[in-house]
Parts: sequence; structure tokens; C-alpha cells
Amino acid sequence: MSTPTATATNSKLDSKCPSGPLADRWEKHRFDLKLVNPANRRKFHVLVVGTGLAGASAASSLAELGYSVSAFCIQDSPRRAHSIAAQGGINAAKNYQNDGDSVHRLFYDTIKGGDFRARESNVHRLAEVSVNIIDQCVALGVPFAREYGGLLANRSFGGAQVSRTFYARGQTGQQLLLGAYSGLMRQVGEGKVKLYARHEMLDLVVIDGIARGIVCRNLITGEIKSYAGDAVLLCTGGYGNVFYLSTNAKACNVTAAWRAHKRGALFANPCYTQIHPTCIPVSGSHQSKLTLMSESLRNDGRVWVPKAGDESRSPDQVPDEERDYYLERKYPSFGNLSPRDISSRAAKQVCDEGRGVGGSKMSVYLDFRDAIVRDGVDAIRARYGNLFQMYERITGEDPYRVPMRIYPAVHYTMGGVWVDYNLESTIPGLFVLGEANFSDHGANRLGASALMQGLADGYFVIPYTIASHLAGRKFGKVTAEHAEFRRVEQEVRERIERLKNASGKRSPDSFHRELGLLMWDKCGMARNAGGLRQAIGRVRELREQYWQDVKIPGDAANLNNALEHAGRVADFFELAELMCMDALDRNESCGGHFREEFQTPDGEAKRDDANYCYAGAWEVDASASSLAWKLHKEPLVFENVKLAERSYK
Amino acid sequence: MSSSHDTHAAHGAASTHGAHAEKKSLRLTLHVWRQRDPNAEGKFATYKLDDVSPDMSFLEMLDVLNERLIAGGEEAIAFDHDCREGICGACSLTINGQPHGFERETTTCQIHMRRFEDGQTIYIEPFRANAFPVVKDLVVDRSAFDRIIAAGGFITARAGSAPDANALPIPQVAADAAMDAAACIGCGACVASCKNASAMLFVSAKVSHLALLPQGQAERNSRVLAMVEQMDKEGFGNCTNESECEAACPKGISVSNIARLNREYLRALASSD
Repeated sequence: MSTPTATATNSKLDSKCPSGPLADRWEKHRFDLKLVNPANRRKFHVLVVGTGLAGASAASSLAELGYSVSAFCIQDSPRRAHSIAAQGGINAAKNYQNDGDSVHRLFYDTIKGGDFRARESNVHRLAEVSVNIIDQCVALGVPFAREYGGLLANRSFGGAQVSRTFYARGQTGQQLLLGAYSGLMRQVGEGKVKLYARHEMLDLVVIDGIARGIVCRNLITGEIKSYAGDAVLLCTGGYGNVFYLSTNAKACNVTAAWRAHKRGALFANPCYTQIHPTCIPVSGSHQSKLTLMSESLRNDGRVWVPKAGDESRSPDQVPDEERDYYLERKYPSFGNLSPRDISSRAAKQVCDEGRGVGGSKMSVYLDFRDAIVRDGVDAIRARYGNLFQMYERITGEDPYRVPMRIYPAVHYTMGGVWVDYNLESTIPGLFVLGEANFSDHGANRLGASALMQGLADGYFVIPYTIASHLAGRKFGKVTAEHAEFRRVEQEVRERIERLKNASGKRSPDSFHRELGLLMWDKCGMARNAGGLRQAIGRVRELREQYWQDVKIPGDAANLNNALEHAGRVADFFELAELMCMDALDRNESCGGHFREEFQTPDGEAKRDDANYCYAGAWEVDASASSLAWKLHKEPLVFENVKLAERSYK
Repeated sequence: MSSSHDTHAAHGAASTHGAHAEKKSLRLTLHVWRQRDPNAEGKFATYKLDDVSPDMSFLEMLDVLNERLIAGGEEAIAFDHDCREGICGACSLTINGQPHGFERETTTCQIHMRRFEDGQTIYIEPFRANAFPVVKDLVVDRSAFDRIIAAGGFITARAGSAPDANALPIPQVAADAAMDAAACIGCGACVASCKNASAMLFVSAKVSHLALLPQGQAERNSRVLAMVEQMDKEGFGNCTNESECEAACPKGISVSNIARLNREYLRALASSD
């Protein structure tokens, strides 16, 4: 087994971050950006891939500005994108609660929450536009929770000591997505956006160094077709499903982003994955996905395990003095609302010590007993009724009587396609929005910030920054008849044929499960150099085996779920190797990336700011005979916050 | 199954909690609708499963069946699904004649096999309605719903033009009522359960959500007229007050929304603007 090698090269990455006082940078940048004349906008055709919060808000906003837009999604309707499953809420620095919040505080919390591995300029912009997002969503009719007087209600969320999270019951993502979707459909109805549902982007077409279009498979007919445009926006979400089991929807995949990466877009910080602390534990080998229990439950639920490892009593029989409320004990100022990475690792620690609960001893209690005594069962039902019901349906246990059992699960990926301040990748004309990019959350994302970022990028960033490309560069028109489109289409067809013709014995799903288990073991909540090296070797072996031994019955010219899945698994196999390489390169622990070799004496993540204060952006080495990468480093400069140990104690 | 499946129990955590430790697996007979494409003739195919874990979800049971079909060189059964948390609205299925099965306020993906009996026979069909043509097997085309929303199911509010969110207080009662209606996941069970294949529960939920909010007033009349016109164009039937839709709705959307839709429609017809 060859040891992976990463060639560090001098950074060729220009973040295009503006200079000057932090709070003025976005305004200055907006003024410096070129504008596209309203009459010229309809001449530009923008392809938006993905219709979640980022994609739907970008497509509708660009159409409102007058651009000609085509929107693509793999689901049968844009309304089903995975943003819909977000439960808890969306952050905004409105300070409606008069509790000391501000744009600067949201900026600081996000930078600190990300363990000082994100760009100051991007994060400050996110905090600034957060206030506009709430205004926009209310205007679209999103039914946020309200106080009796009719004003908006807030709650607190992990990693923050102020109440800045806006919510719509436990269905905030659904309501925000339906709002963005309604705006998108308005533009579809007016003929400003052409919608392609059940279309999967399978490749990016780059002509003269500029992204000029995509090649898609119509998932119903199997037709491979090219779409040409003047800019391509990837709003295709994260890659958490590389672990097979995650809270992501089943169709979530990395293919669009990965195809762009293979065409030259750098992929940054792939090892930053978020493990969410409050998920329903795995129930057996049939498990197809994991279900999140909203982090908002930690406002009232208390997390504990028995102090003794050999506890066999039912939870209500364990007296208080024999319980270890370990988050409250270890992190008294944040307690049960400690950030996700910290809470997840703490759960793993107590389970590794043999103090976990449930049949496999791989879960911890989330107990509402005290909250029910304090506030009454009706108040708890009003706050979390739908979540309790969902839990009971899945587990057959009643959380009003028996504490919930939870365990961490893969939830979100902070890494993604590298983008500059304009959200443009290293391929001119290719922009990447939302979870698909790497830009705003550093090494760990705070709760209720994913919805914020998706809508910030789509409503309030890309409408301005896309002009840097459309008005700032000279490029001619191309059509889908261009020879390069023909060539890429042919490559797409050959790839499908290769998968289809492998005369193997195993389903794509069985390979995917095997890959997921490997990644969870070696590149999950805790990593070490030995395990990562092993994983890289094993991923390469499995990948080779995959192309020989996969089996896909049915037809390529018809709806074929196994064939769709097969292409996505093939890309996950390549990504998996890069995730391990990135985790191996980063000889420090930060946020969601915990290297066992690098921890403080009390088991907390130990950053190495002297050597690793950079975003690691990987470029496919086109000169290598097999898949290999070159590492580029974008140094992170902190002028407005002091790099500090991230303490929640 | 390969051994990798078995080790997956360690992936996260297992679950069997004391009392449930000994769960008996179920034997089931499935009759599943198979149809190659929209123009092909469909028919039921019969499959037997004899080791279904009661902890599986209904769709995981179909996953297991599909894995076996693929292993035997047969094409997997096509069905729509995505979030598997009951919120995206992708899953459908008519289970023993009932859209989303027999469990109240539950999507197909949230049904667990512990609700079935050992030895049971289960019929699995697509959602049936003229306006939802079968695409393949259990997959139907529900894009008619998107076209109804495109016709008027929105508030016109350009990005950048919104006033401060607290500039317009909305009484909690109105916000809650709007949220009740807005909870619709657009799955189409209301249509599939209705003998007239009416989409009025779906349309009324969106009309109600927006009509109940002050932001929705400006387009209140034009919205309901446009949405109803599109609904008729798509070939959905009319409501005859059987309330099957409410019973089938996985989100408990009330038929009182249909009454509101009728009032809103008459109001819009009678209005001068």
C-alpha cells in the first residue's frame, strides 16, 4: 500500500476579500462590483443546479433581476430539496430580545463556533445580511412563531448565549423552503425561470477556462442532454451521505460538486464534517438513514448517563446522585447547549467508557423529566409535540415517560467547493452556494446557521457578485452544439455504460454501506493517522472492486434508481479518499475534525494555529496517472478577533 | 446479505432497549404494482419476505426486497422517497387501499413494521389519479401541484424590498392558523384518497395559509382565482364533502380549509377588483 502524499504548493488562491474596516467591507465591495445593465440581463443565461434554500432563492432573485434562468433538481419537485428537513431554526442578529445581540456578536459566535477556521470577511457578511433574510421570509409569508403581541418569537440554540433563533414550530426548514419555492414558482409561472425537475447534473462543461454549461441525465427517460449558459451555480448541498448513514435525505450526493472538482474546481476542507449530537440511535442492520431530533430539544432536555458503567436499572429508577449530567458538569456555562462537535464527542467519550445506555450501550439519555415538572406537560407538548411524536413512531417509546435515547450522527459538511468572496470557484463562471461551498462555517457549524447561509448566498450575495463574472469578463456566446459539449456528453454516456456493463454481483447500496462503515470508523468523530492511512488503502481497493463487481439490473433509458445511485456511489468513493487525505494532512484538532493525537490533557480539541491556520484546497493532479491531488493553502488572517482556545466551560 | 450489513449495527448505536430485546421477525406476502413506463400495462407481482424486523420502516422493508431483486438480476421496484422523516412529501404508496397506509397522520416513510402482523398480506400500489399519471411502478407524476403553485400560490415579494419583519405584528392566533395550513407537504395523499381525485385540500391549504396572513392580502383575490383555474385545468375533480382527504393527510390538514377556499373563491368572484 502506498502512503498518500500531498504536495503542498504555494497558494494560488485569491480570496478577493476586500480590505478596510470589517464592518464596511461588504458595502465597499458591492460598490466596487460591476453592474449589469437591466436591459442586458435577459441576454445572460444562468444555470442553477439544486433548488434547496440556496438554489431556490438564487434562481428567483436572479430572475427577479431580469436574468434568464434555468433551474435543475433531482427531485420530482423543487419543494422536496433537503433544506426542507431542517427543524430547529434560523439565526439572525435582530436583537429583538434586547439581550445584547448584534451583528458583531453573531459574527464572533460563528467564527468561534467554527474554531477559527473561516474567513472573517465572509462570516461578517453573513451576519450582516442575516437581518434581511428574516424580513424577506416574513414578506413571503413564512409563518414564524410569534409572541402574543404579534411580534416575532426567538429561542436560543447551541453555541450562543443570546436568543436569536427564529423558528416555525419544528419545521423551520420546511417553511423557509416553501417560501423560497413559492418565489421560484412565481418566476416559473411568469416564464422567467425554466424548471427541469428529475434532472441530474452529471458533468460540467468548461470552454476556454470558463464554465459554460452542464450535462444532465433526464431521470425519467435516461436522455443525456447539454445545457449551455453564461454562468453555472451549484447549490447542490453537502456530502454527508459518504458515510451512508446520516441525517441527509437519501438522494443527497456529491456528484455535481465532484464532477466540477474533476473539471478543475478546488475542493476545500473535506475533512470538516459535522456530527450532530441528538439523533435517534441505529436500530439494526436494515437502517437506511438516521433521524435527527432537533437541537432545540436541548433547551429543555438534560443529557445524562449513569455514573456507573454496569447500570441495569431503568432510567427512572436511577437516583439523581447516581446520574452524570456530563455536559452540565464539564461545560457549566453552556451546559446542555454546548456546540455540536463538543456535545457529540462528549457522548462518544461516555459511551467509550462503557457508560452508554440502551441495548448496545451506544446511546445517552435526553431527559425531559425536570422540564415537565417545571413547566407542565402541556408546555412541553406545545414546544416539541411533533418531535416527541416522531420519536415515538420510530422507536416505539414514549418520551413523555421514558427519556429519549440519542447518539451522534453525521449531519452536515462544512467542507466543500472552494469559493472566493464572490462565491466563485477556481473555475471562472462557476459559483457555489450554500452547503456545497466551504466558506462560512470553518471547522464546525453552529445550529440554525445552515438555513441562514443558504438564504444569504441566494438572496443577498449572488445577485450582486454574479456581475463580477458577467460584466467583468469578456466571453462569447456558446451553444450546446459546441464540440466540447459533444465530447463531455460522450464521456458521461461511457461512464454510465461502464457501470451498467459491469457484470458483478453486488448492488450499489451494499458497496455504499461498506464505504460508509469504513468512513465512520476511520474518518468519523475521531481520527488518527494510522486509521486514516488504512482507510485510504481500503477505499482504493473497494473503489477498484466497485467498478468490477457492481450490478445494476434494468435499463439506462428509463427511470432506474439503482443506476442513479451507482453513479453517486462512484463519486463518494473518490471523495472518501480525499477526505482521509485532508484529515491526515491536518495535524491538529479543530471543530468537527478531531485527531486523537492532538488533544489537551482533558480531552478537548487542540488547535495548532502556527501551522494549520489555513483552508486546505485540493486540486486534482491532471498530470498523475491515477487519481491524485495537489494541496493549496489559503492562509486565514484574523485581524478582528483574537485566536483563542475555544472554551465553553 | 453481505457481512458488512451486519456490522452496521455498531455504526452509531443499536437500540434494543431491555424489554424489546426479543423481537420476532415477520413473514409477509407483498403484492406490488409493477409497470414499466407510463404506456405499459401494469400488474401486481407477488413477493414473499420471511425475516422482516419489526424495527424496520416500511421503506426499509422495500429496500431489503429491492436488494434481493437486484441480487437475483431483477430490476428493483421504483418508488419515490427522500427525507424518510415525513417532511419532504416525496414518498407516496397506497398500502392496502389507503394512501400512506392505515396509521393516522403518518407518511409511508414513517410507518414501522411493528404495526403489521406476522403472516400479513400487503398490497402496495401507486397513488391513483388521472392528474397523477404513473411514471413507473410506484412512482407518479405530481408536477400538477407545482403548476398550481406557479399559478398563484405565492406572495409577490422581491428580494430586497421587504420591510422590517416586526413592522407588521401578526396576532399569534393568525400565525398559528396559517402555520397549521402551511404544514402541507404536497404529497398528494388527499387526491389519491378522494373518489373524485380532488385537489381541494392541497389548494385550500395554500390559499388559507396566505389569506390568513396580512402579507397575503394584496393578492388574496387573484391568487384564489388563478389557483382554482389551474386546478381545474389539471383535471382534478371537485370536492363532495366526504372528508377522506383529511383522514388520509399525513399532516392533519383540516377540511375546514376547503370551506375557507370556497368562501375565498366566492368572495373573489364577487369582488370588483
